[in-house]
Amino acid sequence: MASTRPPRRRGGDDLGLRPGLGERMLPLVVAAMSFIAALALAGSIGAASLAQRWQDGAAAVLTVQVPRPGAPSGDTAGTNRLDRTLALLRGTPGIASVRALSETELTDLLRPWLGSGAGKLSLPLPAVVEVHLSGAGPDLVALAPRLEAAAPGTAAEGHGIWVRRLSALARSLEVCAWMALALVAAIAAGIVAVATRAGLAVRRDAIEIVHGLGATDGYIATRFAARATSQAALGAAGGTLGALPVLLVLADLTAPFTPGAPALIGAASGATEPLLAWLLNLPAPLWAGLLALPMAGSLIGYVTTQITVRRWLRQLP
Amino acid sequence: MIRLESVGLHYAQGSTPGPDVLRDITFVVPEGGFRWLLGPSGAGKSSLLRLLHLAVRPTSGRLALLDVDITLASRRDLALLRRRVGMVFQDFRLLPQLSAFDNVALPLRLGGRAEAQLRADVAEMLRWVGLGKKFDASPAELSGGEQQRVAIARAVVARPHVLLADEPTGNLDDVQAERLMILLKEMNRLGTTVIVATHNEALVARHPGQSLRLEHGRMIEHG
Repeated sequence: MASTRPPRRRGGDDLGLRPGLGERMLPLVVAAMSFIAALALAGSIGAASLAQRWQDGAAAVLTVQVPRPGAPSGDTAGTNRLDRTLALLRGTPGIASVRALSETELTDLLRPWLGSGAGKLSLPLPAVVEVHLSGAGPDLVALAPRLEAAAPGTAAEGHGIWVRRLSALARSLEVCAWMALALVAAIAAGIVAVATRAGLAVRRDAIEIVHGLGATDGYIATRFAARATSQAALGAAGGTLGALPVLLVLADLTAPFTPGAPALIGAASGATEPLLAWLLNLPAPLWAGLLALPMAGSLIGYVTTQITVRRWLRQLP
Repeated sequence: MIRLESVGLHYAQGSTPGPDVLRDITFVVPEGGFRWLLGPSGAGKSSLLRLLHLAVRPTSGRLALLDVDITLASRRDLALLRRRVGMVFQDFRLLPQLSAFDNVALPLRLGGRAEAQLRADVAEMLRWVGLGKKFDASPAELSGGEQQRVAIARAVVARPHVLLADEPTGNLDDVQAERLMILLKEMNRLGTTVIVATHNEALVARHPGQSLRLEHGRMIEHG
């Protein structure tokens, strides 16, 4: 190879950082970690929004059952038991609105147990009153005897205790998901550290030579970190993209439980709007989180490599 | 200026200290001085050069290089100090993945020299050592003598304040060895402190100068 002119390109790979076979695995491993992280992120955001919805919705609702609603009220002449109960509830502080479910709604409620002909059965069904609470709601302990006096046998059922239990469950799931995310981050950092140490060991001679020529720890660490950062970013982006279809299908499956969210399955395939709507199925915080994953992967790669290389270099004077 | 006061060195063997390879070494080489470093194999010449190249720190005594006390210097200061010390290794220590040109350019790039500026210096240095047609050659494509000349070019290209050489003529023919001595003397004349370790008594005889002589890790003659 003869040449009398200085070569044009700058030979930057003084540390021989072009990866060996083992280091080519790093983006793949980081991709797998990011895939799991994306699922954990979705789980955490989903559990948080579920808990919030339960707390905002169900906690503010009270169900009152009035047996024999059409029978005359015992204490007020000319009104039936249902009207009397509704009047009592409307006059109670802490109650925003009161609404008796219609026959159709009641039949719908009972359909899972009694089939579509529930309304036609000659069962003595109670009236069900949906009560929306305001503020802290009424004093249920004081309300019960007043309801009993107005229409004996009437029962008020608050959802608070169930909501609290379900919310606690959802919060626990959220914490578990965050712990899974933290664990994935820790494992990713561990893998990057091990790969970096292996890379350092292979390049020990080159590092010693460059160190002997006056390279600072910062120079050597930054060269390694730059490579690890790009590899981790590539892997994290790939893993996140890989998780996206899974998340979209999950979002589609949960769409019926989320009022207003469109589902793709059944929509005209190939149409732009349903696809866009489908993409919008994912909540905004999840999109933000997914976009942040490659950045988090890069950051983990950069910081872990900097620390690992600088600690390793301590063995040189 | 190089100043050693009662410097000792041993290498660790696992967790225990190994035997002393240098003991109670004391000498001063003034700025711009020239010294032969002489002594039989195993006397400690290479270890002394490693100390002066800051590849190891003394295990006892004090070493000051270019007015920096290296026992007190930070890691960053040591790195910057190494840039002012050129070293020609007996085994060349070239980077196999880089071309001859890039090996020689490395000290300048580490020193932050702009690419446009360093290209002429590197090309001139390679031509001077007779490798003007081998810019792109990798070390594996070069003979032992050619690799040694690349190593010499890399050691001097950044105009170091101190130049250390460990058997620099070992793989060179007489003509190249003489050219190298002319280069070393010229650098010394321009103010570089030069220390050359060698077994080549004929070379020392042709270029008489002050010497440091080591035996069994001790300095038995200096001046």
